[in-house]
Amino acid sequence: MPINYILPEFEVRRDYDRCICCRVCERQCANLVHRYDEDAGKMLSDESKCVDCQRCVTLCPTRALKILKNENSFRENGNWSARTMTEIYRQADTGGVLLSSMGNPSEMPVYWDRILINASQVTNPSIDPLREPMETRTYLGAHPSEMRRDAEGRLITSLPPHLELDVPIMFSAMSYGSISYNAHESLARAAAELGTFYNTGEGGLHEDFYKYGPNTIVQVASGRFGVHKAYLEAGAAIEIKMGQGAKPGIGGHLPGKKIVGDISRTRMIPEGSDAISPAPHHDIYSIEDLRQLVYSLKAATEYKKPVIVKIAAVHNIAAIASGVARSGADIIAIDGFRGGTGAAPSRIRDNVGIPIELALAAVDQRLRDEGIRDRVSLVAGGSIRSSADAVKAIALGADAVYIGTAALLALGCHLCRSCHAGKCNWGIATQEPELAKRLNPDIGYARLVNLVTAWNREIKEMMGGMGINSIEALRGNRLMLRGVGLTEKELEVLGIKHAGE
Amino acid sequence: MYVNEKWCLGCHLCEYNCAFAESGLSDMVKALKGRAIRPRIRVEERGNVHYAVSCRHCGDPVCVKGCLTGALAVKDGAVTVDRKRCVGCLTCVALCPYGAISPSEDGPMQKCELCLETAAGTPACAAGCPNGAIVYEER
Amino acid sequence: MLREGENGNRIPSGCAISGIFSRDGERISGEKVMRSIELMHDRSNGLGGGFAGYGIYPEYRELYALHIFYNDRAAKDDCEKFLEEHFDIADQAKMPVQRNPRITDVPLIWRYFVEPLHTKLAESQLDADEYVARCVIRVNSELAGAYIFSSGKDMGVFKAVGFPEDVGRFYGLEGYSGYCWTAHGRYPTNTPGWWGGAHPFALLDFSVVHNGEISSYDANRRTIEMYGYKCGLLTDTEVMTYIVDYLVRRKGLTLTEMASVMAAPFWSTIEGMPEDERERHAYLRRVFPGLLVTGPFSILLGFSGGIMALNDRLKLRSLVAAEKGRTVYFASEESAIRVVEPSPDRVWSPGGGEPVIFTLDKGASSCR
Repeated sequence: MPINYILPEFEVRRDYDRCICCRVCERQCANLVHRYDEDAGKMLSDESKCVDCQRCVTLCPTRALKILKNENSFRENGNWSARTMTEIYRQADTGGVLLSSMGNPSEMPVYWDRILINASQVTNPSIDPLREPMETRTYLGAHPSEMRRDAEGRLITSLPPHLELDVPIMFSAMSYGSISYNAHESLARAAAELGTFYNTGEGGLHEDFYKYGPNTIVQVASGRFGVHKAYLEAGAAIEIKMGQGAKPGIGGHLPGKKIVGDISRTRMIPEGSDAISPAPHHDIYSIEDLRQLVYSLKAATEYKKPVIVKIAAVHNIAAIASGVARSGADIIAIDGFRGGTGAAPSRIRDNVGIPIELALAAVDQRLRDEGIRDRVSLVAGGSIRSSADAVKAIALGADAVYIGTAALLALGCHLCRSCHAGKCNWGIATQEPELAKRLNPDIGYARLVNLVTAWNREIKEMMGGMGINSIEALRGNRLMLRGVGLTEKELEVLGIKHAGE
Repeated sequence: MYVNEKWCLGCHLCEYNCAFAESGLSDMVKALKGRAIRPRIRVEERGNVHYAVSCRHCGDPVCVKGCLTGALAVKDGAVTVDRKRCVGCLTCVALCPYGAISPSEDGPMQKCELCLETAAGTPACAAGCPNGAIVYEER
Repeated sequence: MLREGENGNRIPSGCAISGIFSRDGERISGEKVMRSIELMHDRSNGLGGGFAGYGIYPEYRELYALHIFYNDRAAKDDCEKFLEEHFDIADQAKMPVQRNPRITDVPLIWRYFVEPLHTKLAESQLDADEYVARCVIRVNSELAGAYIFSSGKDMGVFKAVGFPEDVGRFYGLEGYSGYCWTAHGRYPTNTPGWWGGAHPFALLDFSVVHNGEISSYDANRRTIEMYGYKCGLLTDTEVMTYIVDYLVRRKGLTLTEMASVMAAPFWSTIEGMPEDERERHAYLRRVFPGLLVTGPFSILLGFSGGIMALNDRLKLRSLVAAEKGRTVYFASEESAIRVVEPSPDRVWSPGGGEPVIFTLDKGASSCR
């Protein structure tokens, strides 16, 4: 009998005094953890299959269930954690590349939590957002460099194409395929109601969603899945995905079992085939090639739509961004190493890339040093977890932020990080109709609208506290931030002072 | 009460919420532990299709017409059972095209009465549906 | 002595401002504006005061008048070497001052009337104004110990650490006459001891006196520094003067258009405007988002041939205007106007975000 090295990570603890054997847990667990035993007359659980998605816990009407970390422990070891050891067992078993989903969960520094925001006092009044206008409207796009006047001396008011956002928050790229049709519908409807945008990701755009086109950013990734003329025309902007924060240097990965039906049709690839996007775009091997693609896309859409270039935060992000800013892109989206993903090799997700806080600060400063900051707008993503993170990002220099994981949490995700298995119990990261059903877009889109509306109100509160009533005045306003517990070098890269200074 | 088959997950929470509401108790464990429930809403399912069935409160209810003793009547827009009058003839059970009526534990027929008299107040099945499949509205 | 800008020190302050403008170009003595600002004594705390006068150098009208502070002789020598390499110096002299026990720590103050050296100017392929501006910014950021605090034609800034009325007497402003005067008294919350940090701030012929504290400061600074300006003092006035210079001189905006960038109306206000106004305001706001100034401010901008008063959109600082005959008055308080003009024809408070602009009437010049 072979030895099972992979022990259950979780323990399912059921309070039998509370359990009424309603069997809802049994019916709702896609991993078949729970079952009703006739002979014993009670519910039993096979914890080896549990992924801690919390579906059973949240649905149990008598709150009889808890999922706990399996207390069975290896001998304590500061160098070899249980997780590291188990990963080696897994690789010894299978010979495969470890796959993970969602963002880097490791204990690396979170700079948002070490940055503090200012408030006005005495010398400068704070502004009351309930009683005074407080503007969070944002425009993303390039700014013209020359003023032109007509024969009568009046300004000619033509502008390059911009995206108009009512709130400085957009939904980040999550492909149709990695997440379900219902999840996309929720995002599209929420974006339309909020006056912002959602992103198709690299899975193409399902024809049912063309009607939300004015609130859609269509993505062109290295696999060029689903890219055709109507697709480009349908969106309000086109995003070229050069990299993704969760997996810089490699392309997207959608396991074959998720490529079924509409997914395969929308992506324009055969069913069951693994969709592994190439690492680079095979027609972009250098910055000048990127410039050609940017202009091809603009020409294909009659220069009516802004072009976004999404890059992953890596070591020389500032120089890369500078190059992109000169390539004709209107907006640069930077994705930090904490960004989420449907599936990525664990080693790349956890070890490659740099934090968005540092990348954003470096890019914003570099573009200003070179005098080209006004050629592009910057969008920051890769773990924006709250409105405070968003305010800090804008003060560091972003024009707007992308939220991915936060949006999925609003839809019901509990970060069990098993998306790559395709059995999402919340109906988000799955293509099985029985499971996808669990996300009702009527409920999902309302929750997204609630989340972003709440964040927008909080942003206004914080802005008012700083004495700012238009978001443009917060952008790049580093003096509104102070760091705590950061080294000289970290403060220098972030371009902020230490608290107390 | 309208059920959208598209969103019904077959979780059966509506059945348990119904039974709990009907019990009149405040603690679900005390109300339902160790007992087989007889809910007034039932999930019908086959394969991947699930659908919760309860009384449609028809505008022209056949069950009311067929009731021998007049136990079934329309009250405040809902079709209700007068337990004292019901003699258990099962005519309504046979007549209801939806199979929404069934015998209760102690004899008289029972059916959805929109939680008008239960502890819940508003229909417990709709309030407790995790996926918005059951809605309580005028149409 | 804590110098503004040193080690990133940013010193907020409350203040007083005053201004007098003669639409006919009639040159009035600086004594009047000194009396006005003196009344608002309590709005200052003696840590800074200054004046800007226009039309005060009629005999050198076409030359740039540079007013420079030096910490010591060595700084003066270095700076003069630079000036000789870049300018034709028509006249140079120590700035005439009258010793005053309330004005201490006096640096060396010199005044030069110059024009760009023709050969250097041709070589640089710049126009004279841009040439002079760049030289000024270079001296101020690179030559330690030297600071050019006035660089316009037929105008001058006079400032020091002290109450404004004392500063005025120190420079003998009763003896100068100009068609436009602005004045400033400072109430900083730190103890700067450095003269360069007092207001007004000037570049070429734009001078700004400012009462307020802008919350958008760093956003504005980091935007304007992209265009070659160096905000060494880290003061609001400095960044606002640079914004004016950039938008008006380098981008060719009119003063009203510039006001629409700095004190842009709210989107809800813009939406209610008639179409072409709406397009214009929306366009300006969308092209220059980094130059929107939020936070309380009231400024008097002086320039050759005119004056502009502007408040922030929410009017969080006082600013009163008055007219008597052909003379216009501005001040932080009405009493400061009435002390020099007891019966004005009209008195009003300009609205938030509404620029009030007066220029010399056609045909009027400053040589009376």
